[in-house]
Amino acid sequence: MMTAISRLFRTRTGQERLMSLATMVVLLVGAVFILIPFFWMISTSLKKAGDVYIAPPQWIPVEPQWENYVTAVTRLNYGVHASNTAIIVVCVMIGTLFSSSFAAYGFSRLRAPGRDAIFMVLLGTMMLPGAVTLVPTYLMFNKIGWVNTFMPMIVPAFFGNAFFVFLMRQFYITIPKELEESAMMDGATVYHIWWYIMVPLSGPILATIAVFTFVGTYNDFFTPLIYISDESKRTIAVALTYFQGSPRIGPQMHLLMAAVTMSIVPPILLFIGAQRYFVRGIVMTGIKG
Amino acid sequence: MAGTTVAAVQPKRKGWRERREALHAYVFMSPVILGLLIFTLGPILVSLFLSFSNYNLLNDPKWIGVDNYVKMYGERLFWQSLRVSATYSVVSVPLGMTIALFLALLLNRAMRGIYTLRAIYYLPTVISGVGVAMLWRWIFNGQYGVINTLLRNVGIKGPNWLLDENYALIALIITSVWGVGGTMLIFLAGLQGIPAEINEAAEIDGAGRWEQFRYITLPMISHVTFFNLVLGIIGALQVFTDAYVITNGGPNNATLFIAVYLYRHAFQFLNFGYAAALAWVLFVIVMMLTLLVFRSSPLWVFYEQERQGK
Repeated sequence: MMTAISRLFRTRTGQERLMSLATMVVLLVGAVFILIPFFWMISTSLKKAGDVYIAPPQWIPVEPQWENYVTAVTRLNYGVHASNTAIIVVCVMIGTLFSSSFAAYGFSRLRAPGRDAIFMVLLGTMMLPGAVTLVPTYLMFNKIGWVNTFMPMIVPAFFGNAFFVFLMRQFYITIPKELEESAMMDGATVYHIWWYIMVPLSGPILATIAVFTFVGTYNDFFTPLIYISDESKRTIAVALTYFQGSPRIGPQMHLLMAAVTMSIVPPILLFIGAQRYFVRGIVMTGIKG
Repeated sequence: MAGTTVAAVQPKRKGWRERREALHAYVFMSPVILGLLIFTLGPILVSLFLSFSNYNLLNDPKWIGVDNYVKMYGERLFWQSLRVSATYSVVSVPLGMTIALFLALLLNRAMRGIYTLRAIYYLPTVISGVGVAMLWRWIFNGQYGVINTLLRNVGIKGPNWLLDENYALIALIITSVWGVGGTMLIFLAGLQGIPAEINEAAEIDGAGRWEQFRYITLPMISHVTFFNLVLGIIGALQVFTDAYVITNGGPNNATLFIAVYLYRHAFQFLNFGYAAALAWVLFVIVMMLTLLVFRSSPLWVFYEQERQGK
């Protein structure tokens, strides 16, 4: 026994195995820390009102109160806020995917004076604090009567996003030109080439951008906070903050946590579905490039 | 190939072809060009103008020179917001990057369940937002929250995190560390770009783990570190949602981030001129820091071409 242990410490393969074990232990402990808040959230969401504020807390509710979710949905008008959010997210995704891939074709394939300068300016805007453009943009939307509509969230998406244009451009550069050239010989216009050749080839990168856009828009709090004032037009993100102190609900943490749990389901499902794009591939190549 | 043949056959029409190509290029780039003008460059200029004016939506903007900036200089809360954002950035960016790199090193190996673990660490990034901020409020609850419950189990009496001005900012920093998965993933991408042969060769030459890390890994991912550092600084100086939802700037302005201070002036007090001036100060700070990082990069960032050149 003792010799087996000392071999573990002394030999090379033994050390390797110890390192692997230690790595695994550290990673698992870390993963527990990541997951505890979720566990706590779900646990609270299933408690009776009277069992929430007790110390020491129950880690697992004795009788899970599934009807908390029903109560949360009705009291918060969750359906209304979910459909507001869905409308915005879908429109922003369409706008972003169209404008980013369209513009990226110009930046990667067609030569024009000033093209690279425009691209550099575009990349530079990624470092611009949003606060600088915030006030004038708000005043502009206010002037044309778009405050308290979804337009301030949706319309800018149709004008491209610097990071996504960059990702698409990096991807288009890797596609061999032969395909386009033969299509060009057959009389196809550049617009045909973009739509019938480039777009179908960019499935994975479009999916990546779609996921990023979904997550970003769905979680966006600031934009709807400043532009939307009607309760019936609020997105989930904004509605949640009003849920907390609202007189209709009071400080009912179990209902709030039920609502929060529901609110994080769509991005989590999407993440699980698109996991390979995030953790295994495209995103990384894009960033590395 | 086909393109060159055509060009050779029709040398006289080259100018016309170039012009037509440029025209198409501008059509393709038009959404981005218009977007830059309408949503970025235009607003930047207007915001600069507004920062020298007094504007509250009701009356026309009135030119007041540098009054907003002078007022800012004498404003205690402005300096407080700078202090909060600076403290937060100085602690959370290096801390987050160190933990992210450490995790990326651990996660960069072939092992059963490694993809699941990577996904778990990335998870908070996907759901960051109001929901999670509300969750953190509950987690940090002094009496019933999960953190103090855990601390109590090991015999420590936890502070009343969000209501104690000495701890509120620490709580927000802890929250930021929880969401370190995005930075980790970018480090991981960098680590996977290091060819295995380099480490193998170093090992044969007798380099230990630490030497390999110090003299191979760190230099070879320095461009990724650079990327994370720039994005980290820019992000940390603009934190809004967490500060607004979890503590709303309190207690006693202990978490009054610049973005929260600016939001109040713009959308609660309708001081659009003053808010624009604040935004410009933030802009200049971010620019200077970014420039500083860029300027320092030749000292510590190594690129493939340089190595091959030498």
